[in-house]
Amino acid sequence: MSTVNNEAGAFKALVDWLRDALRETEQFTLGYAAESSAFVRFNHGKVRQAGQVQQANVSFKLINDGRHADLQITLSGDTETDQQRLAEGLQQLRETLPLLPADPYLLLNHNHWHSDNVQAHPLPETEQAVAEITRAADGLDLVGFYAAGPISRGFASSSGAFGWHQANSFNFDFSLFHENGQAVKASYAGHEWSSEGFVRRFEQAREQLEFLGRPLRTLPPGEYRAYLAPAALEEIMGMLSWGGFSARAIASKQSPLQKFYAHEASLSPNVWLTEQVSGSLSPAFSDEGYPRDDLTLIAKGTANARLVNSRSAAEYGLGANGASSYEYPTALDMQGGQLEQKYILEQLGTGLYISNLWYLNYSDQPAARLTGMTRFATFWVENGQIQAPVSTMRFDDSVYSLLGSQLEALTRERELLLSASTYSQRATASMLLPGALVKRLTLTL
Amino acid sequence: MFDFHPQLKQRFAALRTGAEFFSLRYVRESGQHLSVRKNVAEPPSLNRDEGAMLTVRVNGVEAYAATNDLSQAGLQAALERAEQHARRLNPHALLDLREQAVSSDRADYFSPHFDQAFPPLSDCYQLLGDESASVPTDERLVNWQASIGLTQVEQIYLNSAGAELRQAQRFIYPALDVTAFDGHDSQTRTLGRENFGQQGGFDVISRCGLIGAGPRIADQALQLLMAPNTPQGPRDLLLMPDQMMLQIHESIGHPLELDRILGDERNYAGTSFVKTSDFGHLQYGSSLLNVTFDPDIPEELASYSHDDDGTAASKQFLIREGLLLRPLGGALSQFRAGLDGVANSRACGWNRPPIDRMANLNIEPGDQALEQLIQGIEHGVLMRTNRSWSIDDARNKFQFGCEWGQLIENGELKGVVKNPNYRGISAQFWKSLRAVGDASTSQVLGTPNCGKGEPNQVIRVGHASPACVFSHVDVFGGDA
Repeated sequence: MSTVNNEAGAFKALVDWLRDALRETEQFTLGYAAESSAFVRFNHGKVRQAGQVQQANVSFKLINDGRHADLQITLSGDTETDQQRLAEGLQQLRETLPLLPADPYLLLNHNHWHSDNVQAHPLPETEQAVAEITRAADGLDLVGFYAAGPISRGFASSSGAFGWHQANSFNFDFSLFHENGQAVKASYAGHEWSSEGFVRRFEQAREQLEFLGRPLRTLPPGEYRAYLAPAALEEIMGMLSWGGFSARAIASKQSPLQKFYAHEASLSPNVWLTEQVSGSLSPAFSDEGYPRDDLTLIAKGTANARLVNSRSAAEYGLGANGASSYEYPTALDMQGGQLEQKYILEQLGTGLYISNLWYLNYSDQPAARLTGMTRFATFWVENGQIQAPVSTMRFDDSVYSLLGSQLEALTRERELLLSASTYSQRATASMLLPGALVKRLTLTL
Repeated sequence: MFDFHPQLKQRFAALRTGAEFFSLRYVRESGQHLSVRKNVAEPPSLNRDEGAMLTVRVNGVEAYAATNDLSQAGLQAALERAEQHARRLNPHALLDLREQAVSSDRADYFSPHFDQAFPPLSDCYQLLGDESASVPTDERLVNWQASIGLTQVEQIYLNSAGAELRQAQRFIYPALDVTAFDGHDSQTRTLGRENFGQQGGFDVISRCGLIGAGPRIADQALQLLMAPNTPQGPRDLLLMPDQMMLQIHESIGHPLELDRILGDERNYAGTSFVKTSDFGHLQYGSSLLNVTFDPDIPEELASYSHDDDGTAASKQFLIREGLLLRPLGGALSQFRAGLDGVANSRACGWNRPPIDRMANLNIEPGDQALEQLIQGIEHGVLMRTNRSWSIDDARNKFQFGCEWGQLIENGELKGVVKNPNYRGISAQFWKSLRAVGDASTSQVLGTPNCGKGEPNQVIRVGHASPACVFSHVDVFGGDA
């Protein structure tokens, strides 16, 4: 794989070639995404499947006479081959545009902004990381996935905008299983692998595993006090992220938060939520080529900004704010509350301590009513003391209840949760979230 | 078609390695997604992708390297990276594959009508524009969209044992959806989209029923908006094929994946309530339940001659008369578990390794027409078109929701109900299967969106099913 500098240089060379190849009335945007990733799967504390993936592509938009079309092209890494592919792509798009009507919602950003963010912390050799993981897992039933390597994102336009983002990162996402089938989930992720940091994180997970050996408690359906740890809250926020804050979904009445944005429903005044791009791990520019703003989405429990991409801006007369083409947040930051971590069990009293939720979906989307499962370490707590792990249970409840009328407290401490998603490519999304103590969670099965 | 094949063969022959076995899987994919929303053509989204995965086996340890560089040097470098991985990780490897057999098959496979050109982009936009324009004017209709997705894939698999497998496939995804809103509630009605995908050409658009569907889908969205909520309580449940596919997928398909049963997916997609010792013994459902892995229905999304490890695919019963017989496990999982499986080792592209996936997982038709199924229900509800799915990590406790519900009383279809949901437990649910529709009720459906694996993969799966009746299911509606 090419180094940071020559990768950025190769992208610039493609941009220059394209600029020269354009006809007078044509315009373009060119996005770039590449990664070189080591992938290692573990099962039963051993390596189940390992490999390395090298990939790069450009997302090429050609605009002419109010018409535009998008073409994603895989690059080879060889300058001549890639220029040839781009030339063929240009020809394909030139043949496509006359077949299209003019687009009334085309809105281009003509600012020639520049952004450059390169982080090149060295990563450990895969062999070293694997050796540390298998050593820590000795005698344990560990299942997990290690993904590591450089990720690059770029953007350029015929208006002169240019953005470059490159970062080395790793994410070891793992579970430790007790012989009774119960498990605890954890991750160790970031830019700089520290052997001591990894051992510390691993030991925290191993300590939780000890509680899982107690006899399993089966609960009947009903209403329970519950503490949702940050990773559990992440599942709820992840679900709401699909259309929840999207200007288009809200306008077309397909958002789960449509009543919220219509001010017919509200959340607890303790809920503040920001799309905090600055300081996050994701690029400072969108795939459409707009610089991304920090946005307060929820202020004091009420609807504030929404995510607006260029198309929505044109269609609904809003200001584009750097949202992605899917209007999906990638750097959510929820303000913490007053509950100190050390008092969580005490304040929970009697109820459920839920480390993770799983497989959420809507029972009634316009009502923001969600269902989902408990997964991994979920405990029954009595009088502030962990009593037993709880068998897998289904919940079915409204966001307006969980983060609204029934929200008792948010924790002061927050956890940075880095996405372990690797669909098509390694994600750069993250969430910074507190835990949430709720007075009532409805279990149904 | 396969125009890179001669060059690829030449480059494969020139590769040098110390591995005892190696393979190359080359994938070229192109596609387009076209859409007209509220009578406005959205810009087309096109793609061209190609790359290769090299896999090696060194001292019984396998590793892979995927590359976008298809030059001789690029392929050689990837092979060496894979070999280096296999050697270095040998002390930590879970599996010793020295004794696992490899394929030496040679075959070509084509989607039906692959040689016929798909209509040009301008014709597709005309069709989509016509469908969009056919949605009637009604201020309650706030959003509608007609779309066609097309993906064309060429794959060439070569290995050091002499296998040479070529597949050329085209997948089509027609769709239309309409959303109605009354100032308080909103309801969406969908045709196709994630429920209807098939291999073929323009014939898929016709089979889906997209042409002329606009007024009917819009009317159904309005009917739902005005309908009462689905009542709560136990009822007999008549599931139509576009909900059966999800029911099969989540509560038969995933729990029978052998890599889940062997624990590989416990950190992500989950495990299974099924154990290896259950095959040949577990009564999974009532005696009416017959489930097959069937790669031979040409238009179904996951029909193919060989899977991505080079294993020849053939129709197999996974469940016969309710008895669990065989898992969804490819050659590697079969080798690990000592069980017979199917050819379902599949990858979503050149940059992801094959793992056990569903492919075409179908329910065999029974003997009752739709009218007979309805007449046999005293107190029930018909549900169609999945819109919500949630199931636990062992694939047991589920809750599913549909777009369209219709009450059934004393053997007759009654009024429409909105927000139809139901919940149950897989290990018990299939035993409540009380009637299975005949071939006239059956549909070949499929989705491009099955997610699984680390690294994550989203893949095409096919599900053909008749309408089916289940006894005494816990159904309920929504809040709005």
